[in-house]
Amino acid sequence: MSRYRDDARALSALIEPERVHRDVYCDAEVFRLEMERLWARTWIYVGHASQVPNPGDYFTADIGAQPVIMVRHTDDSIRVLLNRCAHKGTKVVGDLSGNAGKTFRCPYHAWTYRTDGTLLHIPLAEGYAPTAQHQGLTRVSSETYRGFVFARLAPEGIAFKEYFGGSLSSIDNLADRSPEGELEIAGGCLRYLHNCNWKMFVENLNDTMHPMIAHASSAGTARKLWEGKPPSTPKPMSIEQIAPFASDYKFFDDMGVRVYDHGHSFSGVNFSIHSSYSSLVGYEEAMTKAYGAERAKKILGTVRHNTVYYPSLTIKGAIQSIRVARPLAADRTVIESWTFRLKGAPESVLERTVAYNRLINSPMSVVGHDDLHCYRQIQEGLAAGGNEWVSLQRNFSAAEERGGEVTANGTSEISMRNQFRAWKEFMA
Amino acid sequence: MSDEAIRFVLREARLLDEKRFDEWYELFADDAHYWVPLTPGQPDASQHNSLAYEDKLLLQLRIERLKRPNAFSQKPASRCHHLLQAPEIEKADEAKGEYLVRTQMIYTETRGDESQRYAATAWHSLVKVNGKLKIRLKRVDILNSDAALPSIQLFL
Repeated sequence: MSRYRDDARALSALIEPERVHRDVYCDAEVFRLEMERLWARTWIYVGHASQVPNPGDYFTADIGAQPVIMVRHTDDSIRVLLNRCAHKGTKVVGDLSGNAGKTFRCPYHAWTYRTDGTLLHIPLAEGYAPTAQHQGLTRVSSETYRGFVFARLAPEGIAFKEYFGGSLSSIDNLADRSPEGELEIAGGCLRYLHNCNWKMFVENLNDTMHPMIAHASSAGTARKLWEGKPPSTPKPMSIEQIAPFASDYKFFDDMGVRVYDHGHSFSGVNFSIHSSYSSLVGYEEAMTKAYGAERAKKILGTVRHNTVYYPSLTIKGAIQSIRVARPLAADRTVIESWTFRLKGAPESVLERTVAYNRLINSPMSVVGHDDLHCYRQIQEGLAAGGNEWVSLQRNFSAAEERGGEVTANGTSEISMRNQFRAWKEFMA
Repeated sequence: MSDEAIRFVLREARLLDEKRFDEWYELFADDAHYWVPLTPGQPDASQHNSLAYEDKLLLQLRIERLKRPNAFSQKPASRCHHLLQAPEIEKADEAKGEYLVRTQMIYTETRGDESQRYAATAWHSLVKVNGKLKIRLKRVDILNSDAALPSIQLFL
């Protein structure tokens, strides 16, 4: 039974200014429509240019549950193609990444494509009528911004710069943290299976009313353990990284949050949980040498918490890690956590990055356990009748409905309301 | 002496299965690490992501957290079971009292109605400290360590 596909009013009624209906998290049809509409009409993160340094290099991913290939073509440009043979529908590439040489060859009947997706060869081609299928692998619109490759599945739609606008400053800050201005994916990808809706994860990135509660058992215990050590003990990196998660309400409120049109936002306008890290030998010197003292100070002084590039990508410039949401079903999502090497920076910087990533984003992370437990409890709790609505009300102001760049107190739920305004826009 | 190393590994698994984590913690040398790599054959933990790479402070954090009433992800609590094949001495330096023990295992972790199971290889680097064997490094290679995994809340 279809309740929402052909009923624009019913779909739109799921989103109110201060609350959303539970079906946005639980309903299988809404999930399918999200993949067909929101995840096809917006710019979704695919991968990073450093994963495909040479012509023929490819990396595969799913966008909105559709298989795609990101490949460097012979002209050195990065292309995104649907990973589906024009003939029977076979995925032409099976490996996660590799080098295709000059062509992709389907493993079933050897239909062969150039790395820009155009058809090169079909065995016994004369037996096949020249149909539209001979166009090759479907090409998808893509844009590369400072190495970050995004794709929009819909052939027509909002332009890249218009979609992300001022929020791109967080990607700039991440890339600028390299003395050479360039990033390189390094250290593999942590993949954490979340048995919850993708939006619970994305909303949580700028939810600053939860850490002092949900993370009391992990970060709070870390603080207590540390307080029990003799005062002369040098503070290990792990304590520096995990303890700030147990900061108080005032800390997170003063941090500030900023939203942009189309669902993007970041918390940590003024400072963040990454602000008090000790400096690493040689890194600031390399930055000062590359950019001059003033600019280097400005780059390293921009210490944002999480930036959400709605709906798929969340980044932490200050620690050089990103998390990517890959939805599988209404109650099933893979969260990928990738880490970057800053080109020209000492090894200790990547060491700090991977230490943070395993401490916070691994399937074995206690902080991750705290969060995922809450998301799952929501997924199960929403089955309860009586109240079909989820509140997003905190610090709502009617003025924010006008859109544009808005800065608010850090514990406001404005980022979630902003996400759902975009949701409504691209689901219509 | 090698028998002692093998008995040590068997006892270590039993302490985990019986959730005697404070006693388990005492098996580690002061500079020890517990390591679950992300990638098969992963050479190091400092320039590459791992599922876990914990010194004694972080192990203590996990153990203390499990005792706390506000560890909500432990309601209901997890249980674990290590099914071990006979441990093999991979390397032994009797004079120094150093051993590397390799143990194939099936690890099961359950919580409520959920159950996960992994084929894994445990590598215990053991060293004599004041006449007693201690763990310097416990490395656990999970066969599908690079798969999308759910929360693993106890110790492999």
